Amino acid sequence: MTIHAINKKAIYAYLEEIKDPEVPALSIIDLGIVRDIKMNEEEIEVIITPTYTGCPAMDMITATIKIELATLGFKKIKITQVLSPAWTTDWMSEEGKRKLKEYGIAPPNPKQQVCDQKLFAAAETVQCPHCNSYHTHRISEFGSTACKALYQCDDCKEPFDYFKCH
Amino acid sequence: MKESLIQYSLHLADNSLILGQRNSEWCGHGPVLEQDIAITNISLDLIGQARNFYQYSASLINQTIQPSNNPATEDTLAYLRKEREFKNCLLVEQPNGDWAQTILRQYFFSQYQYLLYQELQQSKDEQLAAVAEKSLKEVTYHLRWSSEWVIRLGDGTEESHQRMLKAIDELWRYTGEFFVAANYELRASSESFGVDVSKLKEPWTNKVKEVFSEATLAVPEKIFMQTGGKEGKHTEHLGYILTALQYMQRAYPNSEW
Repeated sequence: MTIHAINKKAIYAYLEEIKDPEVPALSIIDLGIVRDIKMNEEEIEVIITPTYTGCPAMDMITATIKIELATLGFKKIKITQVLSPAWTTDWMSEEGKRKLKEYGIAPPNPKQQVCDQKLFAAAETVQCPHCNSYHTHRISEFGSTACKALYQCDDCKEPFDYFKCH
Repeated sequence: MKESLIQYSLHLADNSLILGQRNSEWCGHGPVLEQDIAITNISLDLIGQARNFYQYSASLINQTIQPSNNPATEDTLAYLRKEREFKNCLLVEQPNGDWAQTILRQYFFSQYQYLLYQELQQSKDEQLAAVAEKSLKEVTYHLRWSSEWVIRLGDGTEESHQRMLKAIDELWRYTGEFFVAANYELRASSESFGVDVSKLKEPWTNKVKEVFSEATLAVPEKIFMQTGGKEGKHTEHLGYILTALQYMQRAYPNSEW
C-alpha cells in the first residue's frame, strides 16, 4: 500500500513536467485537469478533464501523457476523459496562479465574482500582471485562446491576457 | 431506446457542428478584430460540443451494430453522412448574412441551447448530462455576448436597427422548430434521457421578449414557422455547407492531417 502511494506520487511528479502547449508556463497538474491516477504493476489509467470542450490542446496533452508514461515502462496506458464535474479555474493550484502571473497572464479570480454576470455588467476587476495596478479595463471578453479574455492596464498601458475564471 | 438515443445525440451534435462551421466562416472577416476573435471562439466551443456528442454517438453505434471493418467515429459521422441524414435545426444552417443576422442567429440559438442544456443536465443518460453540464458554462458566455449585441444593434443607430429588423424577418420563421419535437425527441423525453422541448417555448419566448424590449425591437406575431431540419429535410443551404465541410474526406478518403 505504501509503495503504491509512493509510486503514484512519483507519477504526479512526472506529469508535473508536462506543460499546457498553449500556456507553457503551466503544467497539467497546475491546471487541475488531472483528476485521478489508477495503477497496478503494468497498467495505468490517467483520468483527465478538459478545460473547454473545444480546446485543441487536449489531444496533444493526451498524446504527451501517453509518451511520457511509456518511457516509464508502462505497457498498458489508458487516458480517460471525464466531463463531470466540469472543470473550473478553482482547481488551478496557487503555484499555477503564481506562475501565470510571472508569465504575464493575469490569473483567474475566485469563481463567485463572475458567476452571475448581468448584461452589460461592469467587467470584473483584474490586477495588471505587469505593474500590479487594479486600474485596468476589459478590451474583449474573448481572447487568443478559449480560456482567456483581453485586458489593458490604464496605468502602465500594457495590454495583457486574463485567464478568465470559469 | 438505443436507436432514439443515437438519433438524439446526433441531433445535438449536428446543431453544434453546423452552427460552429457557419460561425467559422467569419474567421478573418469579423467587423473588428475583437469580435472576429469572439465569434470564432464561439465556433470552437460549438465544435467542441459537437465532438463530444459525435464521439458518444459513435460509441453507441459501434455497440449496437455488428463489428465491421469501418467502425463509426466522430469523423465518419461529421464527414461522411449525407444531407438528409443531418438532423440539425434549420436556423443554424442559415447563411451568415450581415453581422446583424449572424448575431441574431447566435442569440436565438444560444437562448435555446442555454435552456435545453439546463434541463439536459438532469438526463438519466450520464454522458448526455455530463456534456450538457460542461457545455452550459460556455453557452453562458455565448448567451451574454449575443444578447448584448442584439441590444447594441437594435438600440443603436438607424442603420443597425434596420438591419436587425431585416434579420428578424429573415430568421424568426426558423425558431418555431426548436419546440416541435421530432420522433426521437419524443422518445428521449418520455424515457427521461432527453428534454421535452415543447416546455422550453414559454421561457424562451419570455427571455427573447425581454432582450428585444431592451433592444427596442418587437417580437413578430403569428408567422408561419418552417420545420423539417430535425427530420433531415433542409433548406438549400445545408448542401453548400457540407460541400465545403466534407470536401477533403470525399475527394481524398481517409486522408489525415
